Amino acid sequence: MDTDRENLTHHISKSFNRELEDLRNRVLRMGGVVESQLTDSLNAVANANEELAHSVIEHDYQLNEMEVEIDEECVLILARRQPAASDLRLVFAMMKTITDLERVGDEAKKIAKLALKLAESKLADQRYNEIATLGWYASDMLHQVLDALARLDPELALEICKKEQVVDREYKAIMRQIITYMMEDPRTISRSLEAAWAARALERIGDHARNIAENVIYLVKGKDIRHTDMEKVQDSIHRPK
Amino acid sequence: METPAMNRDACGDLADEAHNRRDSATVKVRIDASSRGRAKAAAKLNLKAEVKELSFYYGDYQALKGINLVVPEYKVTALIGASGCGKSTFLRCFNRMHDLYPNNRYKGEITLFPDAINIVGKKVEPLEIRMRIGMVFQKPNPFPKSIYENVAYGLRVRGVRRRSMIDDHVEHALQQAGLWDEVKDRLDKSGLDLSGGQQQRVCIARALATEPELLLLDEPTSALDPIATAKIEELISELKDTVTVLIVTHNMQQAARVSDYTAFMHLGKLIEYADTETLFTNPGEKQTEDYITGRYG
Repeated sequence: MDTDRENLTHHISKSFNRELEDLRNRVLRMGGVVESQLTDSLNAVANANEELAHSVIEHDYQLNEMEVEIDEECVLILARRQPAASDLRLVFAMMKTITDLERVGDEAKKIAKLALKLAESKLADQRYNEIATLGWYASDMLHQVLDALARLDPELALEICKKEQVVDREYKAIMRQIITYMMEDPRTISRSLEAAWAARALERIGDHARNIAENVIYLVKGKDIRHTDMEKVQDSIHRPK
Repeated sequence: METPAMNRDACGDLADEAHNRRDSATVKVRIDASSRGRAKAAAKLNLKAEVKELSFYYGDYQALKGINLVVPEYKVTALIGASGCGKSTFLRCFNRMHDLYPNNRYKGEITLFPDAINIVGKKVEPLEIRMRIGMVFQKPNPFPKSIYENVAYGLRVRGVRRRSMIDDHVEHALQQAGLWDEVKDRLDKSGLDLSGGQQQRVCIARALATEPELLLLDEPTSALDPIATAKIEELISELKDTVTVLIVTHNMQQAARVSDYTAFMHLGKLIEYADTETLFTNPGEKQTEDYITGRYG
């Protein structure tokens, strides 16, 4: 049976309702923090903004704490409530989602560190403009997947799974471009490598967003679609049980 | 034929095929191939029993409403549902317990394999059925006799007289019930002197002594503590090799732990029947979901 938002809060035990609702809210809050970390790190790169980069690096501990706290809460729910069916899938999906969110946070921190290097170097005017589009794609994916999670929308989650290919294509294009720069002018190698690291981080964020989208589909539809080809996934989502 | 919606594929096919091939009662179960981890696309299962359109009436009151279900051989099938949903009534149909009271009526069939006899048919003698189908109840109910006599009772009723044969059967049954080591030195003590968990295992041994083909358990652990419960659950999974088990339980985690297949009943109807894994992680019916997750429907 599909999970829907209405249905989440109809337990006989009101405190169980509150626990599940609280769990979901905490994960969404963590998602919000991750999203602003990513936006800030990209802005820091775009503007070589040292202050912003520092703030991203400093705030990463928040995400680590949130991950640990939410994990604890999940374990408590499992131990105390022995959830079944959609409740079980909710707890399981949340546990996996926060791992991905925390890693997105780590990637944002990496990008912030690159921004810091950029700001400190003499090359501050040579921004990593080539990653701007990829950055936009990755933040868009993250934004949408959090939306899909908040609305428990498997259709949107499926769209996000498909977008991952766009991110991969963009990543490959950037790598080609960067390699060309390096061949043309070896003096840019160190700068180009930094840009490649940033691109890599953004590509990973796309992967994490896709994982979260898969969790959303599992949560709502009860189907594990990891490592399955897209056509089959589409079929299984639209097919009534 | 009305088979509950979810896993209509698996269970519906199971029932249809059983119907078509009554002689051998060998059927294929299609397990939803999209669910990873148990993508054994086709597993061969024998059926122990098949229930078709079974209704049951306590006088004018209809307690069971057209139940269709198959009981795979050497598997544990659990029946869950709220109080008064008819799961105990259903279980009792299997050994004709309801015949003890007048005005009770069966409609439909319960076919017991391999010989395909209709358990609830008028021509079938209840005693004959009870020889083949054992039952254990919610409260341990040993007879006020010695442990030995409790277990030997079924054999004596059957007319077994050779002491050595009875000895063998009693020992084997007590071993199967995981009680032999605890009671072998005091077989002549009263069964009522044992602890609750031990008494329940005596009752299981008593049911096993006559080597039943099907064992019916009606909430066998609801009066026991967690340790005794764990022992009985362990016992159930060991028994599976030699006997088919049909268990009614209020404890959903227990159903999830011990059974291979689970049926959810509500107000005398079978709402959903599926393999246990599916039923507890991704049930097909809202009523099932509401029940197992503790929601009000």
